[in-house]
Amino acid sequence: MAAVAAFAGWLLRLRAAGADGPWRRLCGAGLSRGFLQSASAYGAAAQRRQVAHFTFQPDPEPVEYGQTQKMNLFQAVTSALDNSLAKDPTAVIFGEDVAFGGVFRCTVGLRDKYGKDRVFNTPLCEQGIVGFGIGIAVTGATAIAEIQFADYIFPAFDQIVNEAAKYRYRSGDLFNCGSLTIRSPWGCVGHGALYHSQSPEAFFAHCPGIKVVVPRSPFQAKGLLLSCIEDKNPCIFFEPKILYRAAVEQVPVEPYNIPLSQAEVIQEGSDVTLVAWGTQVHVIREVAAMAQEKLGVSCEVIDLRTILPWDVDTVCKSVIKTGRLLVSHEAPLTGGFASEISSTVQADPLECRGSLRPSREGA
Amino acid sequence: NSMDRGAWQATVHGVASRVLVASRHFANDATFEIKKCDLHRLEEGPPVTTVLTREDGLKYYRMMQTVRRMELKADQLYKQKIIRGFCHLCDGQEACCVGLEAGINPTDHLITAYRAHGFTFTRGLSVREILAELTGRRGGCAKGKGGSMHMYAKNFYGGNGIVGAQVPLGAGIALACKYNGKDEVCLTLYGDGAANQGQIFEAYNMAALWKLPCIFICENNRYGMGTSVERAAASTDYYKRGDFIPGLRVDGMDILCVREATKFAAAYCRSGKGPILMELQTYRYHGHSMSDPGVSYRTREEIQEVRSKSDPIMLLKDRMVNSNLASVEELKEIDVEVRKEIEDAAQFATADPEPPLEELGYHIYCNDPPFEVRGANQWIKFKSIS
Repeated sequence: MAAVAAFAGWLLRLRAAGADGPWRRLCGAGLSRGFLQSASAYGAAAQRRQVAHFTFQPDPEPVEYGQTQKMNLFQAVTSALDNSLAKDPTAVIFGEDVAFGGVFRCTVGLRDKYGKDRVFNTPLCEQGIVGFGIGIAVTGATAIAEIQFADYIFPAFDQIVNEAAKYRYRSGDLFNCGSLTIRSPWGCVGHGALYHSQSPEAFFAHCPGIKVVVPRSPFQAKGLLLSCIEDKNPCIFFEPKILYRAAVEQVPVEPYNIPLSQAEVIQEGSDVTLVAWGTQVHVIREVAAMAQEKLGVSCEVIDLRTILPWDVDTVCKSVIKTGRLLVSHEAPLTGGFASEISSTVQADPLECRGSLRPSREGA
Repeated sequence: NSMDRGAWQATVHGVASRVLVASRHFANDATFEIKKCDLHRLEEGPPVTTVLTREDGLKYYRMMQTVRRMELKADQLYKQKIIRGFCHLCDGQEACCVGLEAGINPTDHLITAYRAHGFTFTRGLSVREILAELTGRRGGCAKGKGGSMHMYAKNFYGGNGIVGAQVPLGAGIALACKYNGKDEVCLTLYGDGAANQGQIFEAYNMAALWKLPCIFICENNRYGMGTSVERAAASTDYYKRGDFIPGLRVDGMDILCVREATKFAAAYCRSGKGPILMELQTYRYHGHSMSDPGVSYRTREEIQEVRSKSDPIMLLKDRMVNSNLASVEELKEIDVEVRKEIEDAAQFATADPEPPLEELGYHIYCNDPPFEVRGANQWIKFKSIS
């Protein structure tokens, strides 16, 4: 609740300053004190455990992809993997404990259906898993590797950044590991603490040659994962673990693709642009609803979806319209991906504008 | 905690003095045969017989029973949601932590992975501090900020969550031991799952190259989370995996075997010959963690069989009773005392307040003067002091 309240407070100040006023003027007067208190001032409330709050908001049932089924996030992932293994005979899935179905049940039933040659366990060795996956991909097979938690991906960081990302470039396109996809549970879950909660997308965003994708829902996950698997570049697909069970919606049974590097404007608005990815999208959707109801502020909500390469056009277009941007993510602030987005948007308004097609209409 | 240790020692002496009068009924010590260890690149291994004194026997029994009951209490508190997060219990593996401690000095060093509550106790912390850390209260050994996987004590470097990452650290501690020249050794523990991590082999190489006084110890409890050793390792002879490092395979359910092997290994390292590897064959009754029921990858029959045939506490008890080192009643009395101690500790751990929110940002850096750390949004700020 604290996060939502804080956002609302920010927007309250915005309103008080006037929609046309300099939007950075944050020290507005006559505001509810609650939003500006330091931690110690929370008093007794501070001693209670504060769990981050969000409510998953399902999207309306998609109609253009045929029959749908109610699925949660891990079932949507299983469905995507099932589709992949069915249509691509070279596709293999491997990682720690994937054979019995995986610690989050993302690979349930696949070994029985496709055989132990195509769905198999690896020992406990992340660097080995990714290196091995790059090797499979270089020969042309489709390698879908699982890293059990994003927190464990760091032994594989060298393989991803130094090997996978640069293979095509350094071989002059003679070789590539584009058919490698790395899937990993990501983000906070409430009880994960240091090593089961991390969001490392910013570390990978600093590396050209790979793609980084974070879905917000089962429907998005299946389409984006299928796109990652089919994309001819090595992709890292981070799955918000708190949504594995909490997110349920209607998902098409047949395969379908959601394009990478395209952000989605979930809700149109005119006063401020809110950008997020993964679980946080649902938080800011709630904030947008609160802002509209209580403050009359109209928010444009954007789900970034692909972190790298990110959809500069959509975000810039939105900010040009609203004049204000707020980016929210779970990862630490300093060097987080929000800093990249905000610096690009602010760097040069003309440059930002220049990336759009000119749209001058007559009066 | 020094008070607790003192109180504990007083209790032991109390018991000892009470039965001193009746000690003529008991033997002072007894000799036992222990299993011969499989050897790798070693001409000789630890002795196959050992002498256990009554005093030591009672001490080990009490320690193992304390670890056992502490773990079971943690299980109970977890199910009551008083302990949250991750919790990896070591009941069944008591002979490892108590046996290792019996073979080294308090000035030696030890580092292990996340199944660390037993080691935290044997390295000198009280049950109170351990349970309070599990419940996340300020009386915990890491001030309530570390939790189950992050407990530390003097010469005990945790408590590490990332699998295998503690092994190069252990080699580094061993380097410091060699550098300081005080004849200390470092026990570097890891599990059968971690044995397949690349960094372990890097550590083996460095330790052997520089002849570091490092005892690598693989606590093989047959399952890396849910994967049995046969399905994870090309070679399950973990004591041979050090290749150029000599190794021995030890019965990890027999505390005397562990003790002798540890003494042997420590002597080896202290003599400057370089690192050595020990594989402790042991078993955990609980699943990998409290979220794992532990029966989907092994049978209840298997667990029951280990419990009835190889339980470390039972083995020690039988030995002591059959050799007239202690009576059944005496050991039962120790059980009662241990239970009370655990109960009191659990009370404390449940009643102690959580650390104040102001301290959330402390100890990120070592810094002076204090600086501000942002919380989940820019209007929540924590002071960071260290």
